[in-house]
Amino acid sequence: MTRFDRIAWSKLVLFPLALLPALLLVEGAFANRLGADPVDTLTHATGIWALRFLLLSLTVTPLRQWTGWNGLIRYRRMLGLFAFFYATLHLLVYVALDLGAYWADLLTDITKRPYMTVGFAAWLILLPLAATSTRSMIRRLGRSWQKLHRLVYVAAVLAVLHFFWLVKADLREPAVYAGILGDFARVQGFQSLAQASPGRADQRKGLKTIGTRAV
Amino acid sequence: MKPIRDPIILPSEITDERDFRGRRSLLAALAASPLLLTGCQSASSEAPVGAGATAKAAPPVGPAAGGAIPGIKTSALSTSEPKTSWSDVTSYNNYYEFGTGKGDPVERAQSFQARPWSVTVDGECEAPGTIDLEDLIKPHAIEERIYRMRCVEAWSMVVPWNGIALADVLQRFKPTSRAKYVRFVGLEDKERMPGQRYPVLDWPYQEGLRMDEAMHPLAFLAVGVYSRWLPNQNGAPLRLVVPWKYGFKGIKGIVRIEFTNRKPATSWNDSAPDEYGFYANVNPAVDHPRWSQASERRIAADRNLFNARIPTLPFNGYAEQVASLYTGMDLATYF
Repeated sequence: MTRFDRIAWSKLVLFPLALLPALLLVEGAFANRLGADPVDTLTHATGIWALRFLLLSLTVTPLRQWTGWNGLIRYRRMLGLFAFFYATLHLLVYVALDLGAYWADLLTDITKRPYMTVGFAAWLILLPLAATSTRSMIRRLGRSWQKLHRLVYVAAVLAVLHFFWLVKADLREPAVYAGILGDFARVQGFQSLAQASPGRADQRKGLKTIGTRAV
Repeated sequence: MKPIRDPIILPSEITDERDFRGRRSLLAALAASPLLLTGCQSASSEAPVGAGATAKAAPPVGPAAGGAIPGIKTSALSTSEPKTSWSDVTSYNNYYEFGTGKGDPVERAQSFQARPWSVTVDGECEAPGTIDLEDLIKPHAIEERIYRMRCVEAWSMVVPWNGIALADVLQRFKPTSRAKYVRFVGLEDKERMPGQRYPVLDWPYQEGLRMDEAMHPLAFLAVGVYSRWLPNQNGAPLRLVVPWKYGFKGIKGIVRIEFTNRKPATSWNDSAPDEYGFYANVNPAVDHPRWSQASERRIAADRNLFNARIPTLPFNGYAEQVASLYTGMDLATYF
């Protein structure tokens, strides 16, 4: 089933590329080049990359439908797993470096602070998705695999909310991610509408106009 | 853990190209102004800071941002805790007038001209007026105050400020008995402060203190840091430092000081009244609605990636000196 074709080769290139932000952060930490508050830099950067990969993994389906290139689907798992990887780093940096000796505060944070609650919930949702991403799990879960993995949209909404709620006053950056996510929601919404109606041409038209906005 | 940094030429040490090209006219203007003569003399008498810097840039003329301040007194009010490095103090700043990113101010404030500068002092006082910054400073000896600085975002620094006790300055304007509060207003200038083009706060920045807080010996007007005139990103040429309060009380680029009998509106309180109070006293027992204030990440020479977090102290460790200002007040209500 696995052919070592062009997509497989491109993934070999994409893998270290996706790992690069993490490597640069580690290098920056050792070289003392993460600014005045390195813990904050690490937390913010790992969180942003988690969100980026999460949103990238969500682009696969609409992009595939829009371009008609089905090979795109083979990148989705890797993108999703990188989202989980950065989200886990994000959580680890927070607990081990930021809280450090105060790690017991994590429970208070999660129960008392809404932005922490939703952030942690997003990570908790990603956990079973990552665990069931293997080919054998996909086979074993059958139709319920698809249902389970739709939770990724919930995780994405929670992740954006997490970002919104932690910002002090300048909402521009989280708004960008919320906007992208909103576009996906609209694309998916159009799609389900179009699927309900017989006119498939309308769907393609709808996707096309919105697709150009989203990218 | 932190490796020793090479002595680097700071952007603030390098004369702006416009100044360099216009140096003759600048000198002519300085010579024509008797008020600025003292500044001119001090510039010629002081040794340039960092020999390496002089090779590439002209030494700062007068009290230019980043130039050395002569004859600084030490203070018993200073802490002996390990300091935050000059590079961290001058590169990691919350100064939304130049952008909301911590690195925005150092990047975008370099061409800001902080001199000439004047401050209007008015309201409930007998001697109001608009005074040139040099005249505001001149009668006072400049002191060093090494203070803890606790940001409301739960990080902190230890900063060697240079300046004057706020009370000493305020008294010169003879506040009347009707003066219950002091209001501070920052510069509003969208051309010179690009961050003000976005209404992230209601510009200009405003802050305020109760009169007894303003008259407290710890309250400080900073004109310098690390024995140099304030770099633009740190609030040049004049900023407030109130070490027992969260950092946002330390308004930068002050252009107006007003004595008033009513509690003044303050920028962050206006922006989110349930999150940022008028008093804004550092208090580990009263959390920010969204995050804990019980501890903080200290940015200082003795701290690294693995041991940055330390407990936050009531009134940022100045409780002994200032707690009596608030006796009988519920600090959870008046946060």
